[in-house]
Amino acid sequence: MAEKMALAKAINESLRRALESDPKVVVMGEDVGKLGGVFRVTDGLQKDFGESRVIDTPLAESGIVGTAIGLALRGYRPVVEIQFDGFVFPAYDQIVTQLAKMHARSLGKVKLPVVVRIPYGGGIGAVEHHSESPEALFAHVAGLKIVSPSDASDAYWMMQQAIQSDDPVIFFEPKRRYWDKGEVNTEAIPGPLHTARVVREGTDLTLAAYGPMVKLCREVADAAAEEGRNLEVLDLRSVSPIDFDSIQASVEKTRRLVVVHEAPVFFGSGAEIAARITERCFYHLEAPVLRVGGYHAPYPPARLEETYLPDLDRVLDAVDRSLAY
Amino acid sequence: MTVESTAARTPRRSAGSKAGTTGTKRTTRTTKKSTEPALVQLLTPEGKRVKNAEYDQYVAGITAEELRGLYRDMVLTRRFDAEATSLQRQGELGLWASLLGQEAAQIGSGRALRDDDYVFPTYREHGVAWCRGVDPTNLLGMFRGVNNGGWDPNSNNFHLYTIVIGSQTLHATGYAMGVAKDGVDSAVIAYFGDGASSQGDVAEAFTFSAVYNAPVVFFCQNNQWAISEPTEKQSRVPLYQRAQGYGFPGVRVDGNDVLASLAVTKWALERARAGEGPTLIEAFTYRMGAHTTSDDPTRYRGDEERQAWEAKDPILRLRRYLESKKYADETFFEELESESEALGRRVREAVRAMPDPDSFAIFENVYADGHALVDEERAQFAAYQASFADADGGK
Repeated sequence: MAEKMALAKAINESLRRALESDPKVVVMGEDVGKLGGVFRVTDGLQKDFGESRVIDTPLAESGIVGTAIGLALRGYRPVVEIQFDGFVFPAYDQIVTQLAKMHARSLGKVKLPVVVRIPYGGGIGAVEHHSESPEALFAHVAGLKIVSPSDASDAYWMMQQAIQSDDPVIFFEPKRRYWDKGEVNTEAIPGPLHTARVVREGTDLTLAAYGPMVKLCREVADAAAEEGRNLEVLDLRSVSPIDFDSIQASVEKTRRLVVVHEAPVFFGSGAEIAARITERCFYHLEAPVLRVGGYHAPYPPARLEETYLPDLDRVLDAVDRSLAY
Repeated sequence: MTVESTAARTPRRSAGSKAGTTGTKRTTRTTKKSTEPALVQLLTPEGKRVKNAEYDQYVAGITAEELRGLYRDMVLTRRFDAEATSLQRQGELGLWASLLGQEAAQIGSGRALRDDDYVFPTYREHGVAWCRGVDPTNLLGMFRGVNNGGWDPNSNNFHLYTIVIGSQTLHATGYAMGVAKDGVDSAVIAYFGDGASSQGDVAEAFTFSAVYNAPVVFFCQNNQWAISEPTEKQSRVPLYQRAQGYGFPGVRVDGNDVLASLAVTKWALERARAGEGPTLIEAFTYRMGAHTTSDDPTRYRGDEERQAWEAKDPILRLRRYLESKKYADETFFEELESESEALGRRVREAVRAMPDPDSFAIFENVYADGHALVDEERAQFAAYQASFADADGGK
């Protein structure tokens, strides 16, 4: 059944489906119960599934992830919510030192099917620590998988797939797109979790993005089209692993690549993509891979975030620079 | 101060230590001049059995055979430990963290457990591993550097060793939350030390376990030293008293007394099984050796302290008790001695025979469901390796 719903609602529906179909799934986090989460992503779930499956936790992120690991070892499939991107760092040790490595340390004997949901990114005028994009800090760690949906359908299905995964998945939710509506067909799986998707075909240059920046890249492609440029937009969907084959296929066609993310450019996922695509497509490239993202500065106060974040003009500027080679 | 107070020979009992428990009348006897609070002791260092109104019941039915079993466990654990230290000195292990002196705390608590209980250790719980039936040679893989955990945690309900100490208390709490959800009466025990007690994760584990009333026992071996830092650098209050602030009982037990460690742990496990939530046990003991084979304790502590603790040796006191009660004869001790030597030999041979892992093990089990980058890098590595083979073949 295809239905139009907001991205946040799609995640809500996906969690509901998981809770219904697998008694081992538990949802836990700060304020996820009665309140339904600060973004209402877990709205109504505690009412329907009870306090033992939709668990309001103490205000301690390391404790949330650490106990989720214990629950996973006992055979549960916890889906934990970190309330905001900037609040994840107390849990960073548990995620990096324990969650990511335990499967390997046990020589494959134990599995850690834990999903860590993190609303991330800026653009909502929030106070400090509520607008960050820390995905690269997790993608650097072997043992973790990192995904970020860009629309409601992916939000629904990627959450289903993340919960079914036997590996820990950091699920970055583009919070500024929570209220964007899209068609969700709850009966047909669109495709595997870790593959990129061409969301607009083009011939002149490839824009690669994930999460909140996919929408921006579509708008950039529209604007460029008015200037006679035919851009391809690739929704990467997964940051670890990255679907380099799809990027390569696109770049071999367009010969130019611009990577866009909100996270700082320095040591960001764009750097990894640029390096690998340069290796794979050296003789196809007409221009160096360019990156558009945040600056090497703390995320600024809300009144400055529109300046800090990639926008239509900054991406178009990078497109112009690439095409000028 | 610590040394004098615990060296005292007066039998002592927990003094109002079990915060949160009510309705039990208890008497208090503390030693004079002591700045340390009383602890639960059932066997004195001289091997005399002292009565304890609260905890006797947990070891009331213990047979001579079971007591000999505890003795055997401690002796074999110590022998294994000594062998591992030697193997490190011989270059067969990269590192070893000795449990010398902590045998009673570990065997007592370890033998209190049921098979269906689950253990979350640090990296020094060789005695607990022994009680769980983990083959001691399996513990040595990580210290030799051939793996990072050489046993299946679910085979013996004994989790992998945790080196970043404190983290495992949260895993234990989460696991216990799962046990409670499953509606069974298993319990979970988390081991940690005085050093780890300062970790934020331990505080969070106390909070979570209290809030969810999780069936978990926090077993803190206060061995007086966190590498070079004495317990005073970790806490202004005796560690067991921390439980009170979280709303569950804490008790200090003589960690060199295997019987007391057994009794107190059984009590705490029964609380967990009965749905009464978490308990903190502080086993007051002493790390007789170095922190690890890389450590040099002469830089931070004197030998007098060690000698004072030697007088409270956990194995010696049980031997005295067994002998005074005639629960064990010379034959038993002799046979145990040769069993001990056989264990040492077996461990030595097993370690020396332990092969280095295959290079491709680097890429194994990074993910359960696979990962494109790992596959790509494995293939690149294979090609790189193969390039040498080609070169050789061309010669």
